[in-house]
Amino acid sequence: MDSLYALAHGFSIALTFQNLGLALIGCFLGTIIGALPGLGPSNGVAILIPLAFTLGLPATPALILLTSVYYGAMYGGRISSILLNIPGDEPALMTTLDGYPMAKKGMAGEALALSGLASFVGAFFATWGLVFLAPQLVKVALLFGPAEYFALFALAFATLGGIASKNQAKAALAAGLGLGIAMIGVDGQTGVPRFSFGEVHLYDGIDFLVAIAGLFALSEVFIFLEHRGTAKATGDASGVKLGRITPPWSMIKQTAPTMARSTVLGFLAGVLPGAGASLGSFIAYSVEKRLVDKDKTFGTGDPRGVAAPEAGNNAAAGGALVPMLALGVPGSGTTAVLLAMLLALNITPGPLLFTANPDVVWGLIAALFIGNFMLLIMNIPMVSLFVRVLLVPSRYLMPAVAMISFVGIYGISGSTFDLMVMVFFGVLGWVLRKLDVPLVPVILGVLLGNQMEANLRRAMTISDGEWSTLVASPLAIGLWAFAFFGFILPIVAGRFFRSKLPRTDSDTDPD
Amino acid sequence: MSDRIMGGVGLLLAAFFIWQATLIKESFISDPVGPKIFPIIIGLLVGISSLAILLKPDDEPEWPDFSRLFEVGLTVVVMIAYAYALPIAGFVVSTAVAAGYLSWRLGTPPIKAVIAGIVISVGIFVIFNLILGLSLARGPWGF
Repeated sequence: MDSLYALAHGFSIALTFQNLGLALIGCFLGTIIGALPGLGPSNGVAILIPLAFTLGLPATPALILLTSVYYGAMYGGRISSILLNIPGDEPALMTTLDGYPMAKKGMAGEALALSGLASFVGAFFATWGLVFLAPQLVKVALLFGPAEYFALFALAFATLGGIASKNQAKAALAAGLGLGIAMIGVDGQTGVPRFSFGEVHLYDGIDFLVAIAGLFALSEVFIFLEHRGTAKATGDASGVKLGRITPPWSMIKQTAPTMARSTVLGFLAGVLPGAGASLGSFIAYSVEKRLVDKDKTFGTGDPRGVAAPEAGNNAAAGGALVPMLALGVPGSGTTAVLLAMLLALNITPGPLLFTANPDVVWGLIAALFIGNFMLLIMNIPMVSLFVRVLLVPSRYLMPAVAMISFVGIYGISGSTFDLMVMVFFGVLGWVLRKLDVPLVPVILGVLLGNQMEANLRRAMTISDGEWSTLVASPLAIGLWAFAFFGFILPIVAGRFFRSKLPRTDSDTDPD
Repeated sequence: MSDRIMGGVGLLLAAFFIWQATLIKESFISDPVGPKIFPIIIGLLVGISSLAILLKPDDEPEWPDFSRLFEVGLTVVVMIAYAYALPIAGFVVSTAVAAGYLSWRLGTPPIKAVIAGIVISVGIFVIFNLILGLSLARGPWGF
């Protein structure tokens, strides 16, 4: 019940004129970003974070803006999946399987409307899940000491590397790179400079906003440059006929149980640290296929095959906010980026956030509810507006994206050095993506490195240098065990899983 | 082969990282762990995973041909030049040039690319500077 009171208070914050406006802008921009092929929620939020920051927005409005972009991009991802067979981002990948065949059958409008509704159901109920689960998780989190936090961070890296990537060694390398970058700068405990090679600019360390903008936004520009002139770089929605944009009642009735099951599965997948929305849509689709695909219509334009991944990935987006807010450990790439935002605003997520900054948490959650209704309205009656956005060629769009990233970073520090660092990260991100090294562990490493080390050192100080303190409590042992299996199991089960999971990086072949 | 090269580079990086970590000066205030050990653990992580990649590489990724690599390289040069030019030439001029170049290289015909560069630059300036009040780099002409 406490949660409901807190939520009511949250609504009083979210319902101000400014916050409603920001939610509306965020939902709108997010849907566009999600709809554009190649740009997903993590790139979208990565481009906009430095901006939100330079505009000097206070914590709650800034978060409302960015989470609205996040939810919006999750909604929008389906549009290019259905119309062009090009997923805007990873989680929208499964939607191509039945969405595009539906569009080819002349049911593009129905597919868009149904997937919009499924997105709403998934996100709306997942937000309720967030309301009730996050405060419970906070109670558990209060039992965490430094040793348990250290294990939790290891768990986040392990599951990110284990579940969400194809090659564990590469995920581990990515985590190591990120953690190594985090070590640059003055050591927080002793004040000794590390890895700064006498360069004054490096004493403050690498700003993770710079790393994020480079890794996600600029590397995307390089990818487009590389694929210039190929189908990957230019979607063409001009020939698509939308048809009716309200789903027939019978279709809603047919897909309702699918949406319900997929919402639950997606939410759970989102709560797992590191698993995220891609897993949510994948699990929802596979389970649904096994349960209801009696006539083998999945893959040929079955409405249930559109509803399942969309409910699943949007529910996962809400679920991923649970560990991010309650533990400070992001459940997906985009929540890692949102975590960066919180840290940049001097707000430390975790159990204390709910007691120290209730306005931020509950204002944000209330804004998510409001945003969902806005998105429902934008994504069903107004969907043809967003379809038109797909007509903007990437040769005009990508330069704008690049320039906005530069503006955001320059606006934060006014430093040319940071811009160079961003370009460096852009190239690094491009090379890593070519080599199939996941970027999210890199970002997570940059973000969490200092806290991970601080917790390790705090734990060791308490135990007076006794390393066994790291596995001294049942909770810590449990977390290490989860981390171990999260990393090891996919290696064993990997072949099975990988053969089922289509390629999920941005180079996804549309066929 | 790409993965083997990456593994090799990773191993060198790990060795360099650990070597640098051992050179970190201890401070008079310290804790049982000190500032060196965590970086060394990270170095080991990078080293082990690089070794694993070296020994068991994935399939070769699809590298672009030389002309495209050159293209990406040249764009990096333009971006760095842009970073240098910002405080000197001001936001609008440098951004118009950089955005126009990018648009051209992404396949816009030259004249349209010039227009695109100017539109993007002025558009960003109007939205972020005039409407949102963000201070962008000022050149000799004040914009």
